[in-house]
Amino acid sequence: MTDSKYFTTTKKGEIFELKAELNSDKKEKKKEAVKKVIASMTVGKDVSALFPDVVNCMQTDNLELKKLVYLYLMNYAKSQPDMAIMAVNTFVKDCEDPNPLIRALAVRTMGCIRVDKITEYLCEPLRKCLKDEDPYVRKTAAVCVAKLHDINAQLVEDQGFLDTLKDLISDSNPMVVANAVAALSEIAESHPNSNLLDLNPQSINKLLTALNECTEWGQIFILDCLANYTPRDDRESQSICERVTPRLSHANSAVVLSAVKVLMKFMEMLPKDLDYYGTLLKKLAPPLVTLLSAEPELQYVALRNINLIVQKRPEILKHEMKVFFVKYNDPIYVKLEKLDIMIRLASQANIAQVLAELKEYATEVDVDFVRKAVRAIGRCAIKVEQSAERCVSTLLDLIQTKVNYVVQEAIVVIKDIFRKYPNKYESVIATLCENLDSLDEPEARAAMIWIVGEYAERIDNADELLESFLEGFHDESTQVQLQLLTAIVKLFLKKPTETQELVQQVLSLATQDSDNPDLRDRGYIYWRLLSTDPVAAKEVVLAEKPLISEETDLIEPTLLEELICHIGTLASVYHKPPSAFVEGSRGVMHKRLPARTGSGEGTECPDVGNAAGGSAPEAAPSIIPSQGDLLGDLLNLDLAPPTTTGPTPSTSGMQMGGMDLLGGGLESLVGTLGGDIGGSPAMGAGFGAAPAVMPASLNAPVGGGLGDLFDLGGGVGMPMGAYIPPKTVWLPAMKAKGLEISGTFARRAGVIQMELVLTNKAMSVMTDFAIQFNRNSFGLAPAGPLQVLTPLGPNQTIEVSLPLSTVGPVMKMDPLNNLQVAVKNNIDVFYFSCQYPISMLFVEDGKMERQVFLATWKDIPNDNESQFQIQDCHLNSEAASNKLQGSNIFTIAKRTVEGQDMLYMSIKLSNGIWVLAELKVQAGNPNYTVIELPASEIAAQINASEFKQQTDLNINCSEETVN
Amino acid sequence: MIGGLFIYNHKGEVLISRVYRDDIGRNAVDAFRVNVIHARQQVRSPVTNIARTSFFHVKRSNIWLAAVTKQNVNAAMVFEFLYKMCDVMTAYFGKISEENIKNNFVLIYELLDEILDFGYPQNSETGALKTFITQTGIKSQSKEEQSQITSQVTGQIGWRREGIKYRRNELFLDVLESVNLLMSPQGQVLSAHVSGRVVMKSYLSGMPECKFGMNDKIVIDKQGKGGGNGCQSIAIDDCTFHQCVRLSKFDAERSISFIPPDGECELMRYRTTKDIILPFRVIPLVREVGRTKLEVKVVIKSNFKPSLLAQKIEVRIPTPLNTSGVQVICMKGKAKYKASENAIVWKIKRMAGMKESQISAEIELLPTNDKKKWARPPISMNFEVPFAPSGLKVRYLKVFEPKLNYSDHDVIKWVRYIGRSGIYETRC
Repeated sequence: MTDSKYFTTTKKGEIFELKAELNSDKKEKKKEAVKKVIASMTVGKDVSALFPDVVNCMQTDNLELKKLVYLYLMNYAKSQPDMAIMAVNTFVKDCEDPNPLIRALAVRTMGCIRVDKITEYLCEPLRKCLKDEDPYVRKTAAVCVAKLHDINAQLVEDQGFLDTLKDLISDSNPMVVANAVAALSEIAESHPNSNLLDLNPQSINKLLTALNECTEWGQIFILDCLANYTPRDDRESQSICERVTPRLSHANSAVVLSAVKVLMKFMEMLPKDLDYYGTLLKKLAPPLVTLLSAEPELQYVALRNINLIVQKRPEILKHEMKVFFVKYNDPIYVKLEKLDIMIRLASQANIAQVLAELKEYATEVDVDFVRKAVRAIGRCAIKVEQSAERCVSTLLDLIQTKVNYVVQEAIVVIKDIFRKYPNKYESVIATLCENLDSLDEPEARAAMIWIVGEYAERIDNADELLESFLEGFHDESTQVQLQLLTAIVKLFLKKPTETQELVQQVLSLATQDSDNPDLRDRGYIYWRLLSTDPVAAKEVVLAEKPLISEETDLIEPTLLEELICHIGTLASVYHKPPSAFVEGSRGVMHKRLPARTGSGEGTECPDVGNAAGGSAPEAAPSIIPSQGDLLGDLLNLDLAPPTTTGPTPSTSGMQMGGMDLLGGGLESLVGTLGGDIGGSPAMGAGFGAAPAVMPASLNAPVGGGLGDLFDLGGGVGMPMGAYIPPKTVWLPAMKAKGLEISGTFARRAGVIQMELVLTNKAMSVMTDFAIQFNRNSFGLAPAGPLQVLTPLGPNQTIEVSLPLSTVGPVMKMDPLNNLQVAVKNNIDVFYFSCQYPISMLFVEDGKMERQVFLATWKDIPNDNESQFQIQDCHLNSEAASNKLQGSNIFTIAKRTVEGQDMLYMSIKLSNGIWVLAELKVQAGNPNYTVIELPASEIAAQINASEFKQQTDLNINCSEETVN
Repeated sequence: MIGGLFIYNHKGEVLISRVYRDDIGRNAVDAFRVNVIHARQQVRSPVTNIARTSFFHVKRSNIWLAAVTKQNVNAAMVFEFLYKMCDVMTAYFGKISEENIKNNFVLIYELLDEILDFGYPQNSETGALKTFITQTGIKSQSKEEQSQITSQVTGQIGWRREGIKYRRNELFLDVLESVNLLMSPQGQVLSAHVSGRVVMKSYLSGMPECKFGMNDKIVIDKQGKGGGNGCQSIAIDDCTFHQCVRLSKFDAERSISFIPPDGECELMRYRTTKDIILPFRVIPLVREVGRTKLEVKVVIKSNFKPSLLAQKIEVRIPTPLNTSGVQVICMKGKAKYKASENAIVWKIKRMAGMKESQISAEIELLPTNDKKKWARPPISMNFEVPFAPSGLKVRYLKVFEPKLNYSDHDVIKWVRYIGRSGIYETRC
């Protein structure tokens, strides 16, 4: 057995020799030759030239040789598709072999050969193998369906393999079930909306039964699949948990972690007062601790996950601090992670032990680790007030060691301690000042300067110290420069007499000699403040500082929830959502934890259960079902481009170009438009600024409540202003932890306003409001921050008007005027979606020149035209025209033909798209006919019915006011 | 799922490369070599992301095993699989070395084809694999044999084949514990735990149903009054079992029942933290005499029955990097300063319980202007004792094989306890 010799042949002419050997009559020689080929392949040599010769060896009874040839085939078939066909017959024959091992081998290998022509031949054998009598063949065939789907998804669907695969979930053999589950899960991932893995209580029961019987790997597949299920109620949730908990004793860490994932997720649904909830919490701790005695690589994976679990449910591991103590021989990646968790678990109960440990770590060798340990001591001081004093003295001890990076790190954290406990530990300042010269890192220098500035009145030589920094001002990093500027201004305000010269010097350095706009601006602000109103300056610069938070590096709650759903996977190791590192559509779907359903099935609010199910709720102000893109935007994560939601079936003949307008047609479009409209500069500009893609979307329920509007009665709208729909509730309080948002949209003086009413229906005060929009069809974006200046107390209501701009990022929404919004406050982030009236986007300069109108009207192809009637409108043409003008629908011309008034009107949208319309009004007839012509192909993308409804809305509301 | 699996030697040359997924190209092989194996810095993580491709690696002696993927795979599973792969290779050809891998590369490819299908791990129990993946080529099997193989590979008891026969039914139980300790210089226990394993070697005929019992506190307490035979019970923090153990039964009744694989298997792993017998106590005394001299005195005390003997005792006392010379005096065993390891290594072959021994050393230091103080790594210790420091006792292991004519009494059973030091450190 010395196969290593095959690795050594490197001489020239090797290929020819191998060719001869491959064609040898002797079986042994052939086999030797194939081995040499595989060895060359492994080290990266190109041996594709031997393709026909190797394939010739395929017809053999020798299984070992056969496997080698197959291995070769899998590697090179793609580069030699025509010749690979030669192998098909053997495969098909092998799939009929009496030996199940050979049948399985054939179907397994065929699935790995990514050549279209071979794939065609694969279907029939695969179909047979999926129903083979031998479980070994069936389990191999199940995986093969996933392989085939990867090559040609359509084929798999057409051939009905997915149904066969679903049937295999009920197979009698647990391993077949496990592989079928794995294959289906993978296929389902690339079809996020399909209902492939139709999980229901019956199928879940089958999976749970198979779980007890299959291999460790199979258990992982099944548990990972279970984690995607959302139980109907807490009872079902509990019964699944009960059947999953035994897995926590499995020797395989991956089984344990996947079980933890299922439990962490389903626990969300259990009422907290339930006994079982407490039992479950207790059961989770020991297996998590046991993971720490696994091999270091697994420990690392476990620790990264524990980090998440500790943030989500700190109660689980709060008594287990000791197991996270660092061992001297732990690999550095384990040490750093343990330290992270130690900080999170530190509390008054264990602080003494933790501090003793941290002090020990601060003397270790690895620089990163030592720094983190020093920083951790600071965090402890801030987190546990009782320990602050001890922490400070520990830090002072560390400063005495004079180890450069320890000193610097200590000074950075002492600054934070000063922030948290002002005027308490100034006695240490003298020690800090001794180390001034050794500070060479910007962060440490900035921290030191801050300390000197903050306590300038107690440091006798503060001016000298700061002056010493000033010498090399321009070589400092921005951080230090800014800090130095502020510190000297503070000093000046505290000791104005002695430091006038110094402050002038720094102000001139900052404003006159610096290229940095931030620094300059800050300099000017101070300068003006000091020169105009020193008292105000004092109030501003020496104001009381807001508290700093106790916890740091917390993962944002929505991301944390998502990561909890990914326990055990790479996402939980990276602490990033899968979309941040996975290409394509796979795994881009965001997962969420289910909502708690309260006790019993009869929950008061059916909507909660609905949201828990993850299905899109039907309620009008909907919680956005896939808030992925939005979340991504909010977190500024590296997200893959969002996949558009499934294509909307078209029923009108209006859908022309499709979606690729932006790419190809835009330039020519702009050209034709320019020609058409006779060089209207506003038009050109509008286009340049916001070239929007406006794909057709149907079934837009915008004017759905038309009938309601009629019933509303008069007195709501303003005679000449734009139509403003009444406020509706967008976000009900129960979905947003007590925050209720209702609102509407208005266009006032050319500015689109989002008018919001925020009501706090919770018991606690809400602060820190912020708002963000998802990309939308017209690029709507907040033009400023959400102005909620005072905290919103319980039962308080506040009305806010948010100006919107239309220059935000654009993405087609369905319906077109849908807007997905995220509102954040100190409690959480909430999502809702609402729909704005299109009329809000009609701009003031939408009045087209008559000639241009005429020319454009003629040039628009008939296909673009759409016609509809407005029923029961009792306005005369004059009043209608006036009313519409209020909403920026301008009448260009009017003529009367046979008792009919014809109004020609133009509308311009905020993104530069023009729409032309003709309104026929017959005196005495309450019905209007509108013919509408979008002014170009691009506008043709705007769906006709959309505009019909909008125009309806406007005319109707005009009528309503007149009546 | 796993997109590909590569094995490299220490130079970064590829020994085995198997790609399962289309999204993994040949350049992935090079990316790992350049960014991890040849990287200048120490490896900071076992998971590396290079250009949106994730690499999981483990190292066995100087061989690198790397699994590659572009998807959000189950990371714990990938590592478990890599360990399993190492186990399987070791079971087939012994030590994982460059030479062994090159000599068996055809076999490895065959194994990789079998235990990883499209990146999904399949049955990887060596017992089952060895029935149909052999180095000698497949013997022509009868139809029954073939279906027996496939039913075993996919079956519920994938780890054992039917029809095993032994003339002598025999089983060996080894309770192997490693006791871990971190003690402060003042003798305060900072953390201590025992991680133990019950390894079973069985040579039993047929499909024997086994039941294992130990002095688990929960079980003993449940049995209550009847028990009182003086058997000390222990509190087990957590335990995990080989896949042959019926976990749902353990969860419900806390009884450990299983059909064991033939030959050796690790039946269970457990961890205890309470009432641990610490076999040795280390009392360090380090005194810095001026800038160029250190005086070290270390006393070890054995803390178990005098009739028992500890073996392979080794105490490792770290010395500063600037040590120029060391003089050692010890009462027992041999002590030596090993400059290459920056430590004084003190070895004692045997030591009975309730004894104590001492070493003292004078360490001379070269004067340095290095401001950084010596980090004083902890003193570590190795030993082996013939009892279980956790206090675990095997109460019974019953064997039932209803189909064959041997009973529990006919089985010859052996039990052995070995306690070893894990990370047994005392700070000084």
